[in-house]
Amino acid sequence: MHEMGIVLHLAKTLDETAAEEHLAKIGSVTLQVGEVSGILTDYFQECWDYFKVRHPLLKESKLILETIPAVTWCDSCKRTYETVKYGRECPYCHSGETWLLRGNECIIKQIEAEEASEDELKTDEEATGEQP
Amino acid sequence: MKVIQLKETVTASNDRDAETLREELTMRGVLLVNLMSAPGSGKTSLLTKTVQDMPDLRIAVLEADLDAQVDAEAMEAAGARSIQAHTDGMCHMDAGMTRAGLEALGTEHTDLVFLENVGNLICPAEYDTGAQLRVMILSVPEGDDKPLKYPLMFRNSDALIISKTDALPWFDFDLARCAERAYKLNPTIAVFPLSAKTGEGMEAWEAWLRQQRKEILHA
Ligand SMILES: Nc1nc2c(ncn2[C@@H]2O[C@H](COP(=O)(O)OP(=O)(O)O)[C@@H](O)[C@H]2O)c(=O)[nH]1
Ligand SMILES: [Mg+2]
Ligand SMILES: [Zn+2]
Repeated sequence: MHEMGIVLHLAKTLDETAAEEHLAKIGSVTLQVGEVSGILTDYFQECWDYFKVRHPLLKESKLILETIPAVTWCDSCKRTYETVKYGRECPYCHSGETWLLRGNECIIKQIEAEEASEDELKTDEEATGEQP
Repeated sequence: MKVIQLKETVTASNDRDAETLREELTMRGVLLVNLMSAPGSGKTSLLTKTVQDMPDLRIAVLEADLDAQVDAEAMEAAGARSIQAHTDGMCHMDAGMTRAGLEALGTEHTDLVFLENVGNLICPAEYDTGAQLRVMILSVPEGDDKPLKYPLMFRNSDALIISKTDALPWFDFDLARCAERAYKLNPTIAVFPLSAKTGEGMEAWEAWLRQQRKEILHA
């Protein structure tokens, strides 16, 4: 259940941003996903679509996925190469002393959002009992 | 619509929750240790022995691995309070689940809590639980090339325990090479080769744990 877990964390992070920036709804979310992050993008999209309709802030939002290419470092010849193409063995010197530099991440690059109107902000304050 | 640049990891909200939990635990004088490994690397065996060796500390265990029920019974038998955490089928524990688990466990009269995380070397490395210390176990049968395969886990751990060293004669596992690979990814990682079965190497690990507890809690 890796993907649904990420969707839940993503939603929580977006809720906090929305509260800080007084956002009423989010139109799009751009995610940068590493090539070897282990995230299945189709399944991730499915989880997102399932989740968002149950979450007012995200109901009409579009998920945009961008890929971050994976790069591996070879510690024997001190060069980098494309992870997906060559795997764990360095294509230059055939060493196995290699590790992943980049391509494992999942970053929220940006969101498009609509700010809450003055009225909505007021109701929010009344609801939480805060003084203006 | 306005565009907001975030450049945050998806787990940013969890990171903030974890930071808060960590501060609260330190304030209350409780050391939480997040113990991570592949399934069967020896988390429960290590904890059982550690609990038996440190009767002066009040130790409790939060069990999150798949065999939580069995592990919880083993811990109770060793003399530690323990409780099963609810992972909701997730591949890792996050700060929210850890907080809920600690609340159910109760930490008022506790010096040290171990979180036996879900057996997995990938996902738990990505989620900060709020623990002050992160400890990973790699067992001899798994092979000394694991730092190359799971760099994030090695980068994010404070200590690496190389377990089941009593099995070294039967495996092609080079302790020095494994430690060297770990240091390259994380120059400050503490490395403890040990066997929970024979007890060899347990002392160094336990001394380190006591020292860390003193430094972190100013105890
Ligand atoms: N030879 C040997 N076996 C061990 C050692 N520690 C654990 N084991 C065995 O490894 C298996 C899994 O251990 P366990 O502690 O349950 O691992 P966990 O799944 O990470 O909690 C069990 O069969 C243990 O008896 C050790 O130091 N030496
Ligand atoms: Mg166990
Ligand atoms: Zn090379």
